[in-house]
Amino acid sequence: MSETATLKIWRGQTKAQGRWETHAVPFERGQSVLDGLRWIRVNTDPSLAIRFSCINANACKDCMMELDGETVYACTARLEPREMQVAPLPNKKLVRDLVTEIAPPAERFAVKEK
Amino acid sequence: MSAEPVQIETDVLVIGSGAAGMYAAIEAARAGCRVMLIDRSLIGRGGATVMAQMTVAVALGAEAPDHWSHHYQDTLTAGRGLCNEPLSRLLCEEGPACITEMDSWGVGWARKDGKITSTFAPGHDRPRCVYVDFLNTGPAVSKTLRSVVHKTPGIARTGDLCVVDLLKVDGEVAGAVAWHVGSGAPVTISAKATVVATGGLTRLYRRNSASANMGGDGYALCLRAGAPLIDMEFVQFFPIGHLAPRLIGMDPIMWDPFRYKLGGRLLNRDMEDFTDRYGVPEDGKYVITRDVGTYAILKEVESGRGSPHGGAYLSFQHVPAEKLREAFGPVIDRLAANGIDLTRMPVEVAPIAHYHMGGVAADVRMRTEVPGLLVAGEAVGGANGANRLSGNAITEALVFGREAGRTAAARVKTMKAVPPPDKAARATVDLIRSDPPKDMPNTAAMLTRLQATMSDDVGPLRTAARLNRALATIGELATAVGDRPFGDNGSFDMQRLDWFDLRNMLTVARAVTQAALLRTESRGAHQREDFPEMLPQWRANQAIRLHGQDLDIATAPASAVEVAAQ
Repeated sequence: MSETATLKIWRGQTKAQGRWETHAVPFERGQSVLDGLRWIRVNTDPSLAIRFSCINANACKDCMMELDGETVYACTARLEPREMQVAPLPNKKLVRDLVTEIAPPAERFAVKEK
Repeated sequence: MSAEPVQIETDVLVIGSGAAGMYAAIEAARAGCRVMLIDRSLIGRGGATVMAQMTVAVALGAEAPDHWSHHYQDTLTAGRGLCNEPLSRLLCEEGPACITEMDSWGVGWARKDGKITSTFAPGHDRPRCVYVDFLNTGPAVSKTLRSVVHKTPGIARTGDLCVVDLLKVDGEVAGAVAWHVGSGAPVTISAKATVVATGGLTRLYRRNSASANMGGDGYALCLRAGAPLIDMEFVQFFPIGHLAPRLIGMDPIMWDPFRYKLGGRLLNRDMEDFTDRYGVPEDGKYVITRDVGTYAILKEVESGRGSPHGGAYLSFQHVPAEKLREAFGPVIDRLAANGIDLTRMPVEVAPIAHYHMGGVAADVRMRTEVPGLLVAGEAVGGANGANRLSGNAITEALVFGREAGRTAAARVKTMKAVPPPDKAARATVDLIRSDPPKDMPNTAAMLTRLQATMSDDVGPLRTAARLNRALATIGELATAVGDRPFGDNGSFDMQRLDWFDLRNMLTVARAVTQAALLRTESRGAHQREDFPEMLPQWRANQAIRLHGQDLDIATAPASAVEVAAQ
């Protein structure tokens, strides 16, 4: 019987209107939490928003999120065969799902409404 | 979301914030231009630069005598007769100035006795590669350039802007139309000069060593704007990408530094050295070039002598623990956390998509055929011919980026006003704002299928049958993608981002595959099993243009290679 990692993921576009979603991911030793989230996009739900660039090299520092209440890089956090709770950073402006505004203020794009 | 696009005006627009883009921005701003540096991810953190593990090739001659002409000769030899000689020369000749400037900016090149030290890498005639310890070259280069960008007046920076098309006004490129990933808003950026510094196309492949944003978007942007691409069939595979056991938080090309410093042994299933069967006895030293190393490993696997996961073993078991610790300090602890003890076990490695030799055709001032459109870094085709020499990629990024910045600034001085974007931007703005189609297949799954096809059928070893099968799959995917973006166009809509990526990646995948099908010979990174010989009549470059939906491919003899000046 193959093992499963259960990812409980916060989804939403505003902090007030969010929900928790649970996804089962086939577990394989040596996977990261980011691997699990990317598996969900390919196999279950491509709309899940995550920010990542270097994929698994611990270089870009884009994939910061909250795992079981602690701030982590999803690419260096190990996926485990249990329930893991994944949420956006609580102290950053929410963009969508697990994506928050982490760029320095000078590097953000400001939409000027016309 | 605003009904009308946000409009921005600048002198120089730089697309992509790896080393090439950042150096271009710095150079143009130093010449007095207003610069806008944009990236589809965060500024200075995506792309290939930040992933570089170690070597930067440059004839600095700090420790021992060297001259750019020797580096040039090695670059041409590695390129298997296809280098664009003036571009290769520019890379080698201007490398020392850029590396020295990076040093003055505090990048921290490794030193011995106060002098910048160089390591030996395969294909070079002497130790010629500077680096930052440990495995930190890419992050140090990115960080250094990022801080110079911050300090240089005149550079505005914006991340999360995904360019959808270049703006073309009266036959010239006049900026770009982008889509703000964070909000879904269309944005037009008018510019007197535009620099495409978006890197390569390694994301087309399943196993690759670059960032998720390296899907060849710049090649597709330039192609649609009318600029030809060259040498698209030459995708460099890095022979010893990490395969097993699975690691987290480590770059898959991390074994390169280990081999530079400690040699290591490449072994097959039976724990035998095998590179000598392919003409390169290694004897514990790292001398095999990337094209030959890739070929040798894949052939061993094909012959049933591969390692359990389908690669080769790389062993450092003969190296004492203290030597490993001395050479790689903290990295040894990170390996231990992943359950790897190099004194007791080999790891498995296999070729992994790493770099693109092909790219946009450009002259030594980084001008494409289309006025106003410049390129820099890996986006430029030709400097490395059919096979890139170890260490040339970061040097190329720095040198070509600086050159593009200079050329952009010179063009800005000759222009009075930025042409208005209104009409030229219309079609792309409409595309960004369009409603999604009813039927939206899983975009992430489509990307995975494209990567599988490219890896299985357009990898390092090719046949006509496999290439034709790939073209059929690419065609099916293009039909499924259609002509209207998926998703809801809200904030950070990943389906829509995937859709715009697929639009570019499918065009670029077709360019690689069609060029590979036409080149009926084997050379460097392009190995045709049905045409195994390297043929003199193929000392030629293939140039690709877009006509409507079709790619036109024309062949022209490669420039005669002069003997490098001694």
